Order: sequence, then C-alpha cells, then structure tokens
Amino acid sequence: MTKVKVDGNEIEVPDHYTILQACEEAGAEIPRFCYHERLSIAGNCRMCLVEVKGGPPKPTASCAMGVKDLRPGPEGQPPEIFTNTPMVKKAREGVMEFLLINHPLDCPICDQGGECDLQDQAMAYGVDSSRFQENKRAVEDKYIGPLVKTIMTRCIHCTRCVRFTTEVAGISELGLLGRGEDAEITTYLEKAMTSELQGNVIDLCPVGALTSKPYAFQARPWELSKTESIDVMDAVGSAIRVDTRGREVMRIMPRINEAVNEEWISDKTRFVWDGLRTQRLDRPFVRDASGKLKPATWPQAFAAVKSALDGKSGNQIASIAGDMAGVEEMYAMKELLASLDSTSVDCRQDGAALNPALGRSSYIFNPTIEGIEDADAVLIIGSNPRFEASVLNARIRKAYRASGMKIGVIGDMGDLRYDYEMLGAGPETLKELVDGTNKFAGVLKRAKKPMIIIGQGALARGDGAAVLANAAKLADATGVVKGAWNGFAVLHTAAARVGGLDLGFVPSGDGMDAVAAVKDADVLFLLGADELDLRSRKAGATTIYIGTHGDIGAHHADIILPAATYTEKSATYVNTEGRVQMTNRAGFAPGEAKEDWAILRALSDVLGQRLPFDSLAQLRAKLYETHPHFAAIDAIEAGDPAVIAQLAKKGGRLGKSAFASSVKDFYLTNPIARASAVMAECSSLAIKGYAEAAE
Amino acid sequence: MLQDKDRIFTNIYGVHDKSLKGAMSRGHWDGTKALVQKGRDWIINEMKASGLRGRGGAGFPTGLKWSFMPKEVGERPHYLVVNADESEPGTCKDRDIMRHDPHTLIEGCLLASFAMNAHVAYIYVRGEYIRERYALQAAIDECYDAGLLGKNNKCGWDMDVYVHHGAGAYICGEETALLESLEGKKGQPRLKPPFPANVGLYGCPTTVNNVESIAVAPTILRRGGGWFASFGKENNTGTKLFCVSGHVNQPATFEEEMSVPFKELIDRHCGGIRGGWDNLMCVIPGGSSVPLVPAEQIIDCPMDFDSLRALQSGLGTAAVIVMDKSTDIVKAIARLAYFYKHESCGQCTPCREGTGWMWRVMERMVAGNAQKREIDMLLDVTKQIEGHTICALGDAAAWPIQGLIRHYRPEIERRIDEFSHNAHQVQPVMVAAE
Repeated sequence: MTKVKVDGNEIEVPDHYTILQACEEAGAEIPRFCYHERLSIAGNCRMCLVEVKGGPPKPTASCAMGVKDLRPGPEGQPPEIFTNTPMVKKAREGVMEFLLINHPLDCPICDQGGECDLQDQAMAYGVDSSRFQENKRAVEDKYIGPLVKTIMTRCIHCTRCVRFTTEVAGISELGLLGRGEDAEITTYLEKAMTSELQGNVIDLCPVGALTSKPYAFQARPWELSKTESIDVMDAVGSAIRVDTRGREVMRIMPRINEAVNEEWISDKTRFVWDGLRTQRLDRPFVRDASGKLKPATWPQAFAAVKSALDGKSGNQIASIAGDMAGVEEMYAMKELLASLDSTSVDCRQDGAALNPALGRSSYIFNPTIEGIEDADAVLIIGSNPRFEASVLNARIRKAYRASGMKIGVIGDMGDLRYDYEMLGAGPETLKELVDGTNKFAGVLKRAKKPMIIIGQGALARGDGAAVLANAAKLADATGVVKGAWNGFAVLHTAAARVGGLDLGFVPSGDGMDAVAAVKDADVLFLLGADELDLRSRKAGATTIYIGTHGDIGAHHADIILPAATYTEKSATYVNTEGRVQMTNRAGFAPGEAKEDWAILRALSDVLGQRLPFDSLAQLRAKLYETHPHFAAIDAIEAGDPAVIAQLAKKGGRLGKSAFASSVKDFYLTNPIARASAVMAECSSLAIKGYAEAAE
Repeated sequence: MLQDKDRIFTNIYGVHDKSLKGAMSRGHWDGTKALVQKGRDWIINEMKASGLRGRGGAGFPTGLKWSFMPKEVGERPHYLVVNADESEPGTCKDRDIMRHDPHTLIEGCLLASFAMNAHVAYIYVRGEYIRERYALQAAIDECYDAGLLGKNNKCGWDMDVYVHHGAGAYICGEETALLESLEGKKGQPRLKPPFPANVGLYGCPTTVNNVESIAVAPTILRRGGGWFASFGKENNTGTKLFCVSGHVNQPATFEEEMSVPFKELIDRHCGGIRGGWDNLMCVIPGGSSVPLVPAEQIIDCPMDFDSLRALQSGLGTAAVIVMDKSTDIVKAIARLAYFYKHESCGQCTPCREGTGWMWRVMERMVAGNAQKREIDMLLDVTKQIEGHTICALGDAAAWPIQGLIRHYRPEIERRIDEFSHNAHQVQPVMVAAE
C-alpha cells in the first residue's frame, strides 16, 4: 500500500494504482476520454492532467502515472496530488479547447447526443466560447460493416476502439492511419469488421464517431425507458439493459456484471432487437381442414387443443422446450403434462447427452466464467467458444493474454482469436489424452488449475454420453477436479438448457425424449422449440406451438399459441455456469400474445386440470418449494465435484466422426435472430468472408 | 579557439581516407582493448568527469545516463540504441560523422555498450540518409572483417552493431518513438515512466544516445575526461560540432570549443555575416525547435547550454540558423510551424490539434490578416501545448512561436496594421477559367 495525498486528503491505495485511480478513491473526479479500465493505457487524450507537487512544473497525465512512481516529499511526506488548482483547470480547459476546435458542432443531429462524454465534459470542464477562427477539419466516413456507423469528423483519436479490437476482440481490425491532424481511424481497406464483439466499440467511443447503424436516428436517449434484464441469445446470460420507447425495443446495451460479461456483449445480443418486431405471432392460429393456418381466438385455440388431447393417454403426449424458454414456463408445462399423466418432457432439443440424474456438476460450467482467469491450461473439446459464447471467449483470451494460458482444442474450430494447439479432430484424440499418449495430457497434469471445456458439438451426437464420460475420466486423471477447484466445464449454447436440466425437464420412466417425441407423440407441445426437424412428425399427429416467431416450429404447427419473448416477460434463466438470473419485462407482447406461463395456466383450466397458481408470484412460490435454488438470484449453487469421478466410471464406445461446433451460423441461432434483417446481413457477410478466407 | 591537435573529428570534411586503415592512422581504434580492460566503472567515471552533455539537444549528462542502466544483466539483455534520425531543421552534424568519420561512432558503440553491459547496438539512421547509411554499413563491415566487432573480437567485448534505417519521420528522433519504430511499430512516443533504461527496446533496458555523444566517447576515454573538461565553461565542457546555416558568408559544419562567443564563432569559421554584423537580425541557435534570439542579445553570448538558456533559448543540437535583415521573420517561423504540423504524430491531443491551429494563425499573420488580440491568443495556445504532451515535440512546436512573439511582436502588429490600412485594396484573386 502507498500513501498519497489528494487535494489534501491522505489516503492509502494499493501500489499498482495509477494517480487517476487514487484520485477516484479519494473522491476527486478526473475527466478522461482515452482511459478505460479494461483496456491498455494510451495516455493520449491528455484530459486527465493533474498537478503533482514537487514534480516538473507541468501537469501530469494521471492515467499513465503510477502512484509508486511519485516521489515523496523532502521529509518523506506522502506525495501530493492536486486536482483543483488553477494549473489543472487551465490544462483541462486547454485540452478541451483543442478537442473541440476540430469537432463538428452537430450535436443536434448526433446519435450520441445526450450520452456523450465530450458533451458532458465540455459542460463541466470547458469554456463557453471558441477562439478558433479557421476552418474545421473534415474527415471522410468509412464503411466498417453493417453494425457500426462512422462519422469520422467527430473522432477525437482516443484509440479506445483500436485497443478494444486488438486486445479484447483479438483481431486488429481498426487502426490509426496517417499522422498529426490527418490521423484517421479506419479498417485500412474499408472492409467490414468481422469480430463478433464489434458492437462494443459503439459503447466505448466517447463521442459520436462510432454509433449503432441499425439504431441510427431512431431515438434519443432521454426518451427511452430502460429495463435491466438478461440476454438469452446464448447460455452466457450477459447482463443487458433493454431500452424501449412505448412498446418497441429500440436498442439493447450491456450492463456491467464482472462475473459474467464484464461490460461486453456480443453483436447478436446487441443487434437482435429488430428481430423482436418482425415475424411475430400476434394471435392464435389453428390449422383448418384444408391444411391452412387460420387466425383464431384464444377460446377457439384452446378448444382445438382440448379436442386434440381428447382420448389420448399420457404416453401419447409429449413436450419439448426450446432454447429460450424460461424456467417458469417449463415448470408450468411439466406440471401440466404431469397432470395429463405424461412424463415425456425434454429440454434437449439437440439431443445432447446430459442428464440431471448424473448430478449438477456433470452439466454446468463448474469453474465459472470468472474462474477462467485463474486457469492455467484449457482443453476445449468439440466447441467453438468464439461463436457459441463470444463474451466467454473474450474471457479466455483475457486469461491467455494475462498469463499465457496453454490452450488445446479437439475439433477443427478455425480462428478462435487466440493461439491454441490443435490436438486432433475427434474422439480418438480424446482417447489419446485419456490414455496419456498425447502430450497435452501432461500439460493439464502439470497445470495448477486445469480446465476442460466440453461443447454441445461433442455431446449432441450418438456417442455424446461416451464423450462426456471420457472427458470426465480425463478430468479425473489429470487433476482437473482437485481441492476447491473444479475445472470440468460444460459450455451450453441454449439459455434455457441449464434451467431445464435443473428443473428435471427430461423424460423419466418410459417417457419419450425429444427425438422419439417428434417421431411418435400424438400430441406434441413445442415450447418455443425451433431447432428440430419436424418433417418426421407422423401423419395425423397434432403439434402445438407456443412461441413468439413464425419459424420452423410454427410452420409445422397445427395450433399456434402466441407467447412473449425474453424482453416481454419476467422469467428465470440459468446460465451455463448454473447462475440463476431473471429477466424483466421491458414491454408487452404484441397483439393477443400472452406470457407463456399464463397461456399454460389458462389452457390447464380449459383442460380441467387447473394448475395451482394464479399469478407469477404464486407460480414461483410453488417452484421454489421444490427447487429452492431458483430463489437465489445471481447465485450459483455449486455442483458436487464427486460427480465427475462417478461420471468417469461410465464407459461407452466412442465414435469416429470429427467434432464440429454446434453453432453453424453465429448470427442465426434462434428464431429471434432469424427474424432480424440485421442478423441476416451480418450472416451473409460472414459467410462471404469465410469463403474468401478459405481461398 | 580549438587547436587541430584537440579535434575529435579529424575527418569531418571527408578529405582524408575514411576507411578503417585511414581512421586507425588518425588514432581511432587505438588501444580499445585496453580501455575495455579498465572496466565499466572507470569508463562511466571518466564520462562523468568529462562533463559531456548529450548532443541530441536536451543536454542530459551522458555519463549519468549510462549509469542508469542496471548494473547486472538480468533475464533481459541490454541494448544500446544510437539515434541517427537527425531530422531537426538546420542540423547536419551526424550525417558528416556517419559518412566521413564513421569509425568514431562504431568504436563509441563498442565502448558505450561495454559500459552498460550491452552486446548489441542498433543505429537508427534517418530514412533520407541513404549515402550515410551505405558509408556507415561499409565501415561496420570493415570492422567485422578486421575482427573489431562480432564474437570473440580483438577488443575483448562481444559486440554486434546493426544499422536500421527509418522511413523519414521527424518524430522517430524522439527516443521512445524511435524504439517503437525500431520494433516495427508505428513511430509514436511512449508514456514515461517507465524510462528506456528500465523498459526500452523489446521491453529490455536500453540507452538511447545521439550519434555525436557516442562518437566522442572513445577519444574522451583515450585522452581522459579531464582533457575534455578543459574546454568550455563549467557544466558546458568539451568540444562540439556546430552546423551554421543561413545568412553567413560560408555556412559550415565544424568542431569548436563550447562557450565560444557567437561573434567569434561566426567570424572565424563562417567568414562573418552576409552584409556585415549590422545586417544581422536574429539567430536560432540550436535547431528549429528553440526560440530565436535577436542580434543584440546573441552577438556576445557564449555558445553553450546554460548561457543560451539564460536568453530563454537553448543550444539544442548547435544547429545555428543565422538570419539577416532580409529575412521575413514571421514567414520563417510560419514555415517552421508548418513543419511541426506536418510532423506531429497525432497521438496526443494538444500537439495534434494545436500545431495545425498555430500554423494557420501564423500563415494569416504573415500577411497581417489577423487581429492584434490574436497574438496573445496564439501565445496562449502555445502555452496550452507546451508541457501538456507526451513527448517534447509539443514543446518544440511551441517554442519558435513563443520566441517570435517575445521578440518581434511589433513586426507582427505592423503587418496587421498595414493589412488593415490596405484592406480596401485587396482584390479577389482572379482565377482563369479552367
């Protein structure tokens, strides 16, 4: 710890602190543009200048100077820093004047207006008039992709975006070209950026140089209502803020959650909102005798469900939950089917070999996302975290940059934005590792905190159970689970999955699993399940789709019950770590669509099997009785590490085919994304980019 | 007056044999091994005793700088980097060393590297210096062939010297920008601390020295720090290469004792001022980045760091730019402002935005197309840049304008008056139809 005096107040701060951090600690506000906690220090905006006593007679950039570099006073007094002297005030005014001389006065038409660092700081630290008589510099706008709009005249060259793409996203797509006044931020050849995290530069940009292209000229920040929520595009469960105007979601922004997404979100999370408006199911539909879906009223639709169920026994009825189903509706669905004597429920529409009966450790990301930073060796099996969990991938890169963590991958995953060792293509490599014949087994063994990440691509296949068992065996043999450290990590891609497994939304007894249910169930309830091949439904069977978008599920459905998306309901989701999180309702579902649990509650009444709750609160109370851990929001109930050792004992024959990621197209993994025009454009650009890269 | 026997650069005009043989006949590479055997503490102490101040412009004591390097080599190797990116307008001393007397520099590299435990030296040569680079490389090759450099050489200190040429950016003469450029990155200055002596080239302890500072070291060590210190005034000792350009009868680069009065310097080496001493208007005594000094102040001023500092200017690189009364002084400084605007790296705000602003205002002042209050505004802008930037280029851009306003404000005001008196006569420029 180091003692420093800030504006006369003596405080003690850790040795590694910069002056800026020490000043913040002491309660002195320091303006800044280029400095960002999660990026390297550039020290180029010069806005954070402070006066240091005893130093040279000029102000010091506080972001770049460590407190341990300060010289103590002549008698060993703590070094003194001033943030409110005339020298500091003059320095700030000077820098602000320089920043503004070439900055256009277009705040009234700037999308950053109202949430602009430059605006705010000009108000607080600038002067009220300009002495600049010359012409302002103008810079040509650049095309850098369909997501980020550039108005480069506004750029103040803080290089946050450059540092973000290089350091966090792991691809040098932006850079500063030219020098002096003519320096410009660009992608060199005006190519679209390819990072899945590129949207974050919009938040990082302290001015309006990089703004959201889809959101351009849509709304002003002060007219938006802001709802804190959770993202469901992947199983990371990033913290988001949903900004709405009236009923419409206008944009989605990240919130800070150090344990999950720090302050980044993926582009799919950020730009999917236009998919919330299109292809929506806003009224019930029932397929008529001619085979056409006809609009219906709720009572008509419910009556159709009742008649479909008429005379069916429990073993003919099944339900499959989709990737974005909340815990509440899965609970209601499970209860409803239980009342119809059916145990055929399944939340694993991809057929992943995960079973809650094996214990929670066997299906969650045990080391936690934050724990990745502690790990010193990682083996990734059949997963492409870049596409399956982009934000989590950034965390792997962070650990790789900080500690040079060793990374091995089984399966051909291409560019993951960090260097890794490609160990092999498929299960035979896993076998080698288990047998200890592959060098990487030694790397894991020698590591203090080794980690194994198993993706859905390795589990959702015929030999999935054997892959899981062998991974557990490897974990057991190489000390991936030891002491307080449990490095066995299952990486999910579906936001609903861990919640469904926690809930036991899997067939019990002689219940049908998802594959069997699609083929054999006479009445099949799809709870937003759209990633299924429904062409194999048997003739004469009834499919009831409860969901939000006109996607695969709805196309094959006989009865459609319109439901609410994640921004339109309060629902519980459990992320891949097993962290329970809850979304909040930012707006109402369109038309006659209802929240999913309410649909099921109303349906149960029609079916004469009234579910024992009349409100969401009552539903949750019931849910928490049987599954108390859902009540602990934002907490992780750790799995029992002993489960891994038991899992290791299960054998199984490994197949031969190579592992592939379960995410084929990052931008189109769910019905909301598939309804989004922005995502479609990104997808086609990305596919073109991969084709070019392959040439 | 420096006598020929005391000259360090005995072939600065290239009239003698510049090969290794010729250099050795003039006393270079003589007893280098014996110097190495005296140990690094002896070398550093001699350098400190010589009072040599860095010849790159800032005038930091060279011996002290060498002593900042870690005493023992840890996990990271040490490096010597020689700054031969001589781009300061008016300065042309290092190029003469490199093309005519390169062995002084190479021998200096070996001794300096030994003194700071480095086995590798990089010489970063300005991009435009193509002949100089060839000459230097040829000299280095000669030394390798003669067994003076390389592994197990005759000098008893394993040494490799690499010549790297820049791409012609003034900013790469700033020591940390030079290191960035040498590493293959964009030449932009680094934040200090950490200083290069701790974290320099490739993150290793590094000392960056000017060509002249290194090139004088072997002779200092051979003849003793006391010999070098016997020239000049206290704290401003030694001999120095001066490059005089501008309105003198014979512009020249020459070696002279420090602290020689300006008048004596010009009369002896440059044949006096064009049109006589009465015709002298002002002098920029240390390369374009130091403020100018008017004739009456500089004529009797000893040419050294401290005396010129007392005149609110500096010795800089000792590139003396002499301007007689025919000079359009405002335009001259405006041209320098353009140079700094063009060479600003664009990294930090005050310099990136401020240099362009200053240049544009200066251009208007050349014509007088300005308000008198803008003179104070311009001065204020220079103060807003000075001391607020990452590197010294901001200061360098501000000082010439500060010097101009300090000494020639009446001239600027006269032009403004003249312009406004004739305002009615200003005709729009006729442009021929294209």
